[in-house]
Amino acid sequence: MLKVENINVYYGQIHAIKDVSFEVHEGEIVSLIGANGAGKSTILKTISGLLRSKTGHITFKGEDISKTEAYKLVPKGLAHVPEGRRIFLQMTVKENLEMGAYTKGENMAEDIESVYNHFPRLRERQNQIAGTLSGGEQQMLAMGRAMMSHPDLLILDEPSMGLAPILVQGIFDIIKEFHKMGTTILLVEQNAEMALSIADRAYVLESGRVVLTGTGEELKASDQIKKAYLGGN
Amino acid sequence: MSFLSNLISGLSLGSIYALIALGYTMVYGIAKMLNFAHGDVIMVGAFTVIVAVNSMGLPAVLGIVLSVLICVVMGVTIERIAYKPLRSSPPLSVLITAIGVSYFLQSLALIIFGSTQKSFPKVFNMEPVHLGELTIKGESIETLVVTTAIMIGLTLFINKTKMGKAMRAVSEDRAAAELMGISVNKTITVTFAIGSALASVAGLFFGATYGFIGPYTGSMPGIKAFVAAVFGGIGSIPGAMLGGILLGVIENLAKAYISTELSDAIVFGVLVLVLCLKPTGLLGKKINEKV
Ligand SMILES: Nc1ncnc2c1ncn2[C@@H]1O[C@H](COP(=O)(O)OP(=O)(O)OP(=O)(O)O)[C@@H](O)[C@H]1O
Ligand SMILES: [Mg+2]
Repeated sequence: MLKVENINVYYGQIHAIKDVSFEVHEGEIVSLIGANGAGKSTILKTISGLLRSKTGHITFKGEDISKTEAYKLVPKGLAHVPEGRRIFLQMTVKENLEMGAYTKGENMAEDIESVYNHFPRLRERQNQIAGTLSGGEQQMLAMGRAMMSHPDLLILDEPSMGLAPILVQGIFDIIKEFHKMGTTILLVEQNAEMALSIADRAYVLESGRVVLTGTGEELKASDQIKKAYLGGN
Repeated sequence: MSFLSNLISGLSLGSIYALIALGYTMVYGIAKMLNFAHGDVIMVGAFTVIVAVNSMGLPAVLGIVLSVLICVVMGVTIERIAYKPLRSSPPLSVLITAIGVSYFLQSLALIIFGSTQKSFPKVFNMEPVHLGELTIKGESIETLVVTTAIMIGLTLFINKTKMGKAMRAVSEDRAAAELMGISVNKTITVTFAIGSALASVAGLFFGATYGFIGPYTGSMPGIKAFVAAVFGGIGSIPGAMLGGILLGVIENLAKAYISTELSDAIVFGVLVLVLCLKPTGLLGKKINEKV
């Protein structure tokens, strides 16, 4: 479904991503884990077209998307829930969901209804300004908004960030649910423990490089993973 | 009664400022830049009406339509040529470019029309309305009716339509909007088109109210409308409307009761005062920095 080959991403002089390659197959949950600043968000932004790689290719469903503008990827079946949720704080809950279906147009009411069924809390607050939602509710909204476009690949950047343990469990349950509905998932997490327990496969990043890869089980058992998770070198 | 009539002409002047301020504030909100050439679009719009009606003998309505079209095309073209290549440049480069565009338009008008002001055709022929002792000029009524309708229409557009919502999304978070599938470039183009159309309408009322248009006619109302946008809270659409109308009323009342020479100083004084008390302007939102 997604193939990233030899990408190198720079912020000015800073070489943030170094020769990274990985793959996500249809139906998988793949996780990228690594310490703060390892380059996880940078990779995701490069996939969704917000940043550009100087080298290599990114292929999505067989099509080279390395040069495709970000906004053209949603109709191709890619949705990205960015780090920090980035919901539209001054718009209502419902308007946020409508934005998620911006490129779709049809069956809007049904899709909104289905998001409300997943997150009943959002239904109660549908006309509330999103900025007044709690952190957990904002995360639900961000995920619901991404589902509005019926993506084939859902990219999640630290969906559990800043949430209480109970809510973290809830978010992971929802990820599993979306996965069961047929959505392929690329998940970035600080919470390596949780991420590895739901991931089919995972890649460990350190300073912009992939240093380790394996199934979720394998990595969970590895010592090196604890090092990466704790931010070692 | 003269207070009431001063108030009404202030409202009418203010609603012209509001139309211009809307263009400033929308472009600022969505493209994150101060388009200092915006005021000159007013001048181009007004000159178009003069050429169409006085020189080509077209009916006023056609002249107005032509003026809106030319301003829209011009606004969009300026954005494409001058601002789009600078999308990721420092704000100062964009600002200087905008000032350059402003001088370019003024000089172009100077070459074509010369420095003497041209008289604006009579596009509105409404008779003054007398209510007891109160006399309201026809232009004031027409200005108020049209600008109110435009502002209601624009508010509905921004709040209810898909494009309007996309514009709000881009103005709040450009990258997140892009991730929703919204084309930021297209949204910015639409914003410039709307802003320029509003400026051309403002040019029409401005010409009708003052009667004469010269190459530099756009700069003063442009600056005042910018002040109005800041006054109301730059980036806020209701803020631009409120700011523009208040500015016109304050200016007119200051002219009538205090001093014509000091009226501009008073207007800017009020702005400074408001910004001291509320730095984001009357309806400006605090930047939300929730992480
Ligand atoms: N806009 C930027 N300008 C310059 N450097 C940046 C920028 N964004 C990120 N970086 C640098 O690139 C590197 C990778 O950052 P990135 O945000 O991808 O890390 P991350 O793995 O997502 O970290 P976290 O877990 O903290 O979110 C870091 O060293 C960071 O300082
Ligand atoms: Mg990150």
